[in-house]
Amino acid sequence: MNPTDSQSPARMDRRAALKWMATAAASAALLDASLLGAQTPPVAAKGYGTDPDLLKTYTPGELWPLTFTSAQRTTVAALCDVIIPADAKGPSASSVNVPDFIDEWVSAPYPGHDADRRTIVNGLGWLEAESQTRFQNSFTNLVTRQRNALCDDICYLPNAKPEHRTAARFFQRFRDLTASGYYSTPEGMRDIGYTGNVALEKYEGPTPEALKHLGLA
Amino acid sequence: MPLITSSKTQPSYDVIVVGSGAAGGQTAYTCTMQGAKVLMLEAGRNYDPVKETPMFQSNGQAPLRGSNTSDKPFGFYDATIDGGWQVPGEPYSSASSDPARQFWWWRARMLGGRTNHWGRISLRNGPYDFKPHSRDGLGFDWPISYADVAPYYDKVEMLIGVYGDNHGLENTPDSPAGCLQPPPAMRAGEQYARAKGKKLGLPIIPIHRAVLSQRQDPDVLPKKLHPDNPRAQRILADAMRQRQACFWATPCGRGCSIKANYQSTTVHLPPALATGDLDIVSNAMAREVTTDASGKATGVIYVDKTTGLEHTVKARVVVLAASSAESVRIMLNSKSARFPNGLANSSGLVGKYIMDTVGASLGGQIPALENLPVHNEDGAGGAHTYVPWWLYKEQVAGKLGFARGYHIEFESGRKMPGVGVTAGLDAFTNGSYGKQFKADARRYYGSFVGFAGRGEMIPNDDSFCDLDPTLKDKWGIPVLRFHWKWSEHETRQAAHMQKTFAELIEAMGGKVRTPPQADGAKAIEPGGKIIHEVGGTIMGADATKSVTNQWCQTWDVKNLFVTDGGPFCSNADKNPTLTIMALAWRASDYLLDELKKGNL
Repeated sequence: MNPTDSQSPARMDRRAALKWMATAAASAALLDASLLGAQTPPVAAKGYGTDPDLLKTYTPGELWPLTFTSAQRTTVAALCDVIIPADAKGPSASSVNVPDFIDEWVSAPYPGHDADRRTIVNGLGWLEAESQTRFQNSFTNLVTRQRNALCDDICYLPNAKPEHRTAARFFQRFRDLTASGYYSTPEGMRDIGYTGNVALEKYEGPTPEALKHLGLA
Repeated sequence: MPLITSSKTQPSYDVIVVGSGAAGGQTAYTCTMQGAKVLMLEAGRNYDPVKETPMFQSNGQAPLRGSNTSDKPFGFYDATIDGGWQVPGEPYSSASSDPARQFWWWRARMLGGRTNHWGRISLRNGPYDFKPHSRDGLGFDWPISYADVAPYYDKVEMLIGVYGDNHGLENTPDSPAGCLQPPPAMRAGEQYARAKGKKLGLPIIPIHRAVLSQRQDPDVLPKKLHPDNPRAQRILADAMRQRQACFWATPCGRGCSIKANYQSTTVHLPPALATGDLDIVSNAMAREVTTDASGKATGVIYVDKTTGLEHTVKARVVVLAASSAESVRIMLNSKSARFPNGLANSSGLVGKYIMDTVGASLGGQIPALENLPVHNEDGAGGAHTYVPWWLYKEQVAGKLGFARGYHIEFESGRKMPGVGVTAGLDAFTNGSYGKQFKADARRYYGSFVGFAGRGEMIPNDDSFCDLDPTLKDKWGIPVLRFHWKWSEHETRQAAHMQKTFAELIEAMGGKVRTPPQADGAKAIEPGGKIIHEVGGTIMGADATKSVTNQWCQTWDVKNLFVTDGGPFCSNADKNPTLTIMALAWRASDYLLDELKKGNL
């Protein structure tokens, strides 16, 4: 599946999705996930069942329809890369298809995912509306300084102003999902320093350097 | 003889075994190695770990990055098939709507049952654990002592392969030379806990787990396990040659295609099948045990799930090994004029005194583990370290406020990242994002530890199961209704766990991630959550006060045995699986002997 193909039959009805976004944007001033929750239609799809094939590789969208519109996907990719940009140790989140994972996650027909869907979809609406209000531009088109100004207001819930609390909750969840998606890719595992999942003849425990670091050498 | 369909069963068998997990696997193994003809009934589908185990799949290849869902409660790659605390079409009920009074019943509908995904923690009960009532006046003494079971612990350890070592600690038995395999080195966090936990008096030592840290010796072990039985020796030696040693990758909970850890499907069933004396029918949902006019068991009626049709199979002996509660259900559903309250229930105790393990946990973040030089900590696919219960003297002195003890299990290490790998990190980073977040993720990865207490529950009159008066499963079989209550011994123990874990985290220079819960009723996990379901057909020395004798043989029906956790009359903090296997082997030896003598 092409991750940027918004015409994919696996996606949700585009009109419905645009409607939530419009609702979310229009209501940005009084955004509250619990108030807007009723706007997201329930997921009718089934899960993978209690005896799925464990050996095949799964692609987001093949088990249940995805949620994001192409506009939302653009915002998701931009925000993913604000959170996890490329650096010397690894690529950016969007370059390893983390937006697909987030879409799969918020679209999943399992308990708890509904709430994440409301949080993320409404949060994306808020982000767009706020970008327009502050900078008269879409979030995707903001320059770094503008993006950071916006994200600084919502990146840490305990420091968020009352009017930013809901958006801060969205950011917290979005960052967790971005990191979950990124660090579970081969590139992300390398980046964070996970070197396992290889067969070894012997397990020797921590390296001498690790023991020295702990003062146990 | 092999995996067969309902239409291919023999007219009669020596033994029918209901269930294929630790108990069923051990029972079928022991019986077939001695030449008995055995039919095994498994309620779930056939399962082949060699072909089906996702050994090197990474979370990125799974739906939702492998995280747990209601379809796969322990994550996508967990070995469990058609299982969980809820099984579609197979409900159970709770007598109370109060969450604190409910029991969560875990089932796995697959060949090998719960042994495919279990934690492989294999601890021996100690001498105190068989005589708890004599020590503190609570619960029941077993009609057997440690010395009766010790030879069987030896045999099971040699058969399945258990790593660990001996420390000569109170009520934490050493294994004789030749039983255990060398334990793997402790991980960084475990070693750090050992160094810093000393001042708390905690004995932090290698745990015992059913994982081969080296290959088994096929020239030595079979002769020790089956003296005077060349056929058994040959078959077991062949089976041992099929098992590889652990290659220190992929979590054991997925199962093991190289047969390095124990699961019934890789260790018990292959040699049992190789004898040619075992038939297995899967998708066979046992409904009741049939009896004759004399009150002896004659066989089992089961529903073939693939057709919905009922079948009756016959044998000289019936062994229930279906999981303690499922065996209770079968007995209570086996009603007749002679047994109006269910089979072997003249004591009225079938279903009584069900137990789980006391569970509570606490996490912490340890600054010393930050920025640890990169290295591979996969290890044996599970814990390397634990703390056996250590406060015997304080307890005897009356300083603790609760009876019985718990051990501590460790969660640490640079594990394969999945969903939640950075959850809660914002509390340490003031909500960083961008390149700073990536640097923070590297810094904190592997610096989080968790401690889980696993403690003894004392059997009580309020924790039992009976048949729901109206509810039936999709095959029309009446289902269980659970009644549950923790006593203050358990809830106080859970609060003590919280306090200990907080002290240990502080001793490691760390901070708890949530405040320790002082209210034990809030700290304790729900009954059944730890999946150490035992009791319900407790053993004893008196037929009016127990369901089975010391041989797991029901008092009322001499050719009916229960070899799962049902006969446990106490549930020590030691995880029950090793003891289930030891008792199943012991019961099977007795059963075969009695069969030979014509006593059954």
